[in-house]
Amino acid sequence: MFEIVEARPLAQNIKLFVIKAPRISRKQKPGQFIIVRLDDSGERIPLTIADADSEAGTITICVQAIGKTTMLMNMLEAGDSLLDVVGPLGKPSEIEKFGTTVVVSGSVGTAMAYPTARELKHAGNKVISIVGARSKDLLCLEDEVRAVSDETYVLTDDGTYGEKGLVTERLKKILESGRVDYVLAVGPIPMMRAVAQLTAPLGIKTIVSLNSIMVDGTGMCGGCRVLVNNKSQFACVDGPDFDASQVNFEILMQRNNMYREQERQSIERLQADPEAELKKLRESNAQHVCALEAALSEVSQ
Amino acid sequence: MTDKPVKPVSHNPLPNKERVKLPRQRVPEQDPCVRSHNFLEVNLGFPAEQARQESLRCIECPHPGCIEECPVSVDVRAVIDLILANDYLGAAAKVREDNALPAITGRVCPVEDQCESGCVLGKKGEPVGIAYLERFVADWERASGQFGLPKSAPPTGKKVGLIGSGPASLACAGDLIQMGHQVHVFEALHELGGVLVYGIPEFRLPKEIVRHEIDVLRRRGVVFETNVVVGKTVTIDELMNDEGFDAIFIATGAGLPRFLNVPGEHFNGVYSANEFLTRVNLMRAYRFPEYDEPLYPCKDRDVIVVGGGNTAMDAVRSALRLGAKSASIYYRRTEKEMPARVEEVHHAKDEGVHFEMLVNPVEFFGDEKGNLTSVKCIRQELGEPDDSGRRSPVPIKGSEFVVPCQLAIIAAGTSANPLIQSTTPGLAVTKRGYIQANDDTLATSKPGVFAGGDIVTGGATVILAMGAGRKAAKAINEYLTGTPKESAQKHPSSAVSAD
Repeated sequence: MFEIVEARPLAQNIKLFVIKAPRISRKQKPGQFIIVRLDDSGERIPLTIADADSEAGTITICVQAIGKTTMLMNMLEAGDSLLDVVGPLGKPSEIEKFGTTVVVSGSVGTAMAYPTARELKHAGNKVISIVGARSKDLLCLEDEVRAVSDETYVLTDDGTYGEKGLVTERLKKILESGRVDYVLAVGPIPMMRAVAQLTAPLGIKTIVSLNSIMVDGTGMCGGCRVLVNNKSQFACVDGPDFDASQVNFEILMQRNNMYREQERQSIERLQADPEAELKKLRESNAQHVCALEAALSEVSQ
Repeated sequence: MTDKPVKPVSHNPLPNKERVKLPRQRVPEQDPCVRSHNFLEVNLGFPAEQARQESLRCIECPHPGCIEECPVSVDVRAVIDLILANDYLGAAAKVREDNALPAITGRVCPVEDQCESGCVLGKKGEPVGIAYLERFVADWERASGQFGLPKSAPPTGKKVGLIGSGPASLACAGDLIQMGHQVHVFEALHELGGVLVYGIPEFRLPKEIVRHEIDVLRRRGVVFETNVVVGKTVTIDELMNDEGFDAIFIATGAGLPRFLNVPGEHFNGVYSANEFLTRVNLMRAYRFPEYDEPLYPCKDRDVIVVGGGNTAMDAVRSALRLGAKSASIYYRRTEKEMPARVEEVHHAKDEGVHFEMLVNPVEFFGDEKGNLTSVKCIRQELGEPDDSGRRSPVPIKGSEFVVPCQLAIIAAGTSANPLIQSTTPGLAVTKRGYIQANDDTLATSKPGVFAGGDIVTGGATVILAMGAGRKAAKAINEYLTGTPKESAQKHPSSAVSAD
């Protein structure tokens, strides 16, 4: 059982959680992720680690409510628990001194890009951050990003905050105005694909963090396979970071739509009575705590 | 450790010539037409009277071949005699001396190649149904709510970490706890049991039975920790240097699924058997939407499973139960070469699984949404025997054909998962990435670290993994108690590996 010690909204449908997970907090590095299962009947979903405090034994994740599990998770508060949290999984992002780096992120992708941007800065790079969202309500972690960036550009599709426009438009201007050695893009697949299309002809090293569907997260099932350079790679163990110019984004998008119909069904079930689902989760996890206490007392006797 | 009687007092009232006349008892099964639509167990097990009848057939050989052929050397003769004495709990304890998981092995062991192949009755007629008897005593014990627990030695103060909670690890845990060591099992997934819970389906091995066997180990003092991916969450060196483990046994299993590497394998609807079975078994996707994990639908679809092992049988029979319009096994050799247990093949046929032999998929096709629609296969014939002694299939030119298929499951084996090897300095691996371990002691190149099961041998069976677990327990005990120290620390220069 993994206790939530802090839970607060960051933006519309985006919530930040600080979770007690001492083992993971000691080992995690930027770019890595965890797999969460909320309760006994839950699915396993991957979530990128946004931050960690090894002394407090906690990790931070930011969750955007898009499916049943993330919607239900975002109803949880401090004091609630997650039944299963495992990690850190995946390879850490490659951090070295590249020179001038641009970190492009969209919406909740900012939470995933932020720790890598911070490490890039620590490694002596010039960090230019481009943060985008559809609208002001969906922006998050702007202050945190500003604090670790030499330049920060904030854009919204509808112009409700910052510049009006797409992150790729701003990236294009930056690429035209000077030398860029490294680009990281984290966000929706169309955005990552557009970034790859901009930088590939220029030969700029560009990394994307892929959000494939996963089950175990340790290489056992192969469900997260993506075509990279026409070869099958597992996002969970070979990634999640890949060379953007080599990734087949069409197949990634196709595979991420594989369970569209079931996802719709699950969301409908949740929305029919969200409070009942939340109650069920809390009761089910409380039972686990009781069972655990009973087992411990039996062992100590 | 055990006091095996040389000449036990027999509780069998019949003379041998009467015993050999008794027919082998047939185990009751769910009707094929009914069971192919549910996930309930296929075999229903012996009632007590049938167990007695079957036990009466044992002629109590002075040198029992059944014990010799058992990878964990269960004292079958003594167990059968305890059944005849109506001491079922005693029989369960007797099995547990050598086999920590009797309810499981009684269900999944390939007995025709093991204990029952050693039974002298099998030479002229049918062998004693040893697995059914083993299952009977284990099930009786579970139903009784009592425990036939063997006694443990006094505590040694030594702490052993077991990586993985599959059959190799559980068997090792049973022996080590009995020897008086502290045992701590680490599992990467959220549920304990490894392949017993993610791989083997409910209808062949109910999860409740795995949970019970693990509870028995917990009662005996074994500590279990889930959600720990050793190599990621914590390394072997950290366990030994920071967390005070005196020895480690690596039993992480088979690892990465192999695909066919043919065009179109990325289409939606092409699964590895590992993923399909993990979704169905571990994640209970067959109970969606009550359980959240989704599964690409099998209902009213043509499902093809590529492979001929137990995993392929488990996958195809699961697909059938999920409502597949047709469920077929496509295997590149012939039925004779199929590695699956004979009983599983029979069960699959009874349930209506179609078998297509000597074929191999060469390309998958999909629609504009990326969903699988059909598969192109090529027919094959058997050529010369390969290294494994099996005749290798050779494609027949111009024999390609296309069949409709909306769900394909690839059960073509696994390769080594590198998570631990790549994070443990000093741990020698084979050319194919499996961990090198001494054939006798399962000691690796790293002092105090042992390895066994599929991560050493490549994909094998539950009972072979358990045999490795027992072997490791013995060697770890010798390593920890210093008798004889030399063998446990010997570098595995003479290691026999999967290569």
